[in-house]
Amino acid sequence: MKSLSGIGALIRLFLRLDRVRLPVWALVLGAVPVGTASAFQGLYTTEASRLELAATVTSNPAFTALLGPLYDPSIGGLTAWRIGTLGSFIVGLMAVLTMIRHTRDDEETGRRELMGSTVVGRHAPLAAALTITVATGVIIGVIITVGLAGLGLPIEGSIAFGAGFTAVTISFAAVGAFAAQLTQAGSTARGMGVGIVGLFFVLRMAGDVSDGLGWLSWLSPIGWFSRLRPFAGERWWVFALWIGFSVALTTITLVVQSRRDVGEGALPPRPGPARAAAGLGTTSGLAWRLQRGSLVGWTAGLGVLGIIYGAAGDSIGEMLADNPQLAEIFEQMGGTQTITDTFFAAAVGIIAIVASAYSIRSVLKLKTEEDSLRSELVLATATPRPRYAWSHLLYGLAGPVVILAVAGALAGATYGAIVGDVAGETPRVLVSAMSQVPAVWVLTGATIALYGAFPRLASLSWGVLAFCLILGQLGQILQFPQWSLNLSPFTHVPMIPAEEFVAAPFAILLALAAGLVIAGIAGFRARDTPYS
Amino acid sequence: MSNAISISGLEKHFGHVAALDGLDLEVATGEVHGFLGPNGAGKTTTIRVLLGLLRSDGGEVSLLGGDPWKEATELHRRLAYVPGDVSLWPNLTGGEVIDLLGRLRGGLDESRRADLLERFDLDPTKKGRTYSKGNRQKVALVAALSSNVELLILDEPTAGLDPLMEAQFRSAIEEDREKGRTVLLASHILAEVEALCDRVSIVRKGRTVESGTLHQLRHLTRTTVIAEVNADPSALRSLTGVHGLKMQDHRVELEVDGDRMAELMTSLAPLGVRTLVSHPPTLEELFMRHYQDGENRE
Repeated sequence: MKSLSGIGALIRLFLRLDRVRLPVWALVLGAVPVGTASAFQGLYTTEASRLELAATVTSNPAFTALLGPLYDPSIGGLTAWRIGTLGSFIVGLMAVLTMIRHTRDDEETGRRELMGSTVVGRHAPLAAALTITVATGVIIGVIITVGLAGLGLPIEGSIAFGAGFTAVTISFAAVGAFAAQLTQAGSTARGMGVGIVGLFFVLRMAGDVSDGLGWLSWLSPIGWFSRLRPFAGERWWVFALWIGFSVALTTITLVVQSRRDVGEGALPPRPGPARAAAGLGTTSGLAWRLQRGSLVGWTAGLGVLGIIYGAAGDSIGEMLADNPQLAEIFEQMGGTQTITDTFFAAAVGIIAIVASAYSIRSVLKLKTEEDSLRSELVLATATPRPRYAWSHLLYGLAGPVVILAVAGALAGATYGAIVGDVAGETPRVLVSAMSQVPAVWVLTGATIALYGAFPRLASLSWGVLAFCLILGQLGQILQFPQWSLNLSPFTHVPMIPAEEFVAAPFAILLALAAGLVIAGIAGFRARDTPYS
Repeated sequence: MSNAISISGLEKHFGHVAALDGLDLEVATGEVHGFLGPNGAGKTTTIRVLLGLLRSDGGEVSLLGGDPWKEATELHRRLAYVPGDVSLWPNLTGGEVIDLLGRLRGGLDESRRADLLERFDLDPTKKGRTYSKGNRQKVALVAALSSNVELLILDEPTAGLDPLMEAQFRSAIEEDREKGRTVLLASHILAEVEALCDRVSIVRKGRTVESGTLHQLRHLTRTTVIAEVNADPSALRSLTGVHGLKMQDHRVELEVDGDRMAELMTSLAPLGVRTLVSHPPTLEELFMRHYQDGENRE
């Protein structure tokens, strides 16, 4: 096919460009399920201990909301439950980001044009990007299947788990390819793609926590993973859903791509103002212009998540009403209030991780600007470097406060509206959300410090976030040693409202964050820009 | 006369690579100074040191009487810069960028802004990502040229412009010269430097190899002579100061040192000159000589 000529060279080029990134994604996403299964094997050796764990997790809707339903209390079943849904979400992000990086980003920067002038067919870049993304998914699937089977888990379940992650990768590669067609800007396409991944995650969450809306989970490629039931009577026909979804979406994408010009989006660009508005005359005005869209988008997205958590909080009460025995157990543990409080503290912890991702992203905007040499235009004017750095850093610091406040208040208000105590519940969850801010700021500080002092390594801040995510999500259930848990700032935040407020950890986190910010600004002041 | 830019012995290393290796540059206030060199000679690195973006590793640098690293912010109020590779914000229109950069520098000349938009035929309502390279360059040029500043630092400003726009650029720089603005024009486009610049510095591998007015530089070099003669021109071979002699039947092409022209004419006349073309070295030739056989220049 002529439209695919040059695909071999493109695949080699993309593999060369991603020679570090994709292997890291594949290794981490492949190793985490295997490591988790191995840890479960060591920790939950008896049937009784596994049943006990299963009873705890199935009784807490926070776990179901975040991780999906647990179908089987075997090692495999527990691993599929613990890793499957959240892992599918992250695999989806990987696929979307990889696709957009090699399609729309190249078109936006004109690299596609350079390629297009050589012998490269119209669909070749898209097909090449799909090939390497799908290949990454296959490698992840193979690592998981071989690893789980190697641990002695049932072979059918191991295959289902591995192939399930591959299928999720393929589905979201199609999502990424589709999003890349719509707009001219890679950043907008990325926002859309990531938004779709988030939407599918939330869809299945809504389906998993409420009895009547269970069908919602069937609308989500992420929801399909738990419906595949690895290690719990595999339903192989679920793969047909992923395949149908991917084929349909890819077909639409190819049609759109055939009809548009290279470099253009399916949605046409519009002319803008010939003069700058009064606000666009300062560094902070420019930063607002560059940051406002993503701030609004992330706040809205996490606000929706807060509402869903608020609604889920009430299902605890319902469950207890259905089950007098369970209610009695909870009474002995400290009452329903304590259970809801624990739930909201955990929910807010998740929101804080996502808010940290926003924070890192907005601080790294400085690096994007520097890499594209746009920062040079600004720094050659009468703009002191610290002022320039602060103009974006402000979003890294204040953005998470806004996001956590909105999401926390909405979660509390939603729950309050259901239980009839808006005035009481809103501030309780809001305070809980705000208590996460100092921990988020430590990550913000780490990002600016890396950027200021070691700009080449600034992307490592994503690694720091992944590290905190793994510690927070798996640390307790896999019984990591306390010293390793202590490495994450989030470990030190009291579980408000379930726990009492203590000032000391906050003071230490704030001091650490302030020190990192100061070091970062000082580093940026003293170094060459663009960095070499 | 004080110097707007004064650099001596400037050094800058990136790892083990010496980007600047003892570069000198003097730009007098009010002059248009050509900063010539091929890609990778160190022009952009020099400019980034002047802008306080890079820290020098050695040598003296003075910009508008100040230290470009320590007093960057104050000095930047008095200058405007056009980078060689202009990258704009994808979501901002050209008009917005012009206003933004102008305001960040401390004000725009409104009538000049309007005039330049007209002359450069630039649509200010288009978004940054939809501009071609030339149009992105025009956005940065309009922003710089309509700022109220003493010094313009332009890094290959016409690389993406068509000849018509290049002519507009030249006339705009002429106007700036008349206003007494100082211009540092980094370029490898020789015709542009020849047409605009009072003085030229030529850099190669991070060092200044030549500096002076065009007249001074030409003085150092050879004139090209092409002639058709009736007699056998072999005798020219023995003349001192004649280089690169090419003979084809009765056609002669050669280069002669500036101070040997009289002797050449004396020797040519008896051969029966039918046609004679002689031209001073273009900057092109100056340039080629510096880069092609620069190592063993006579």
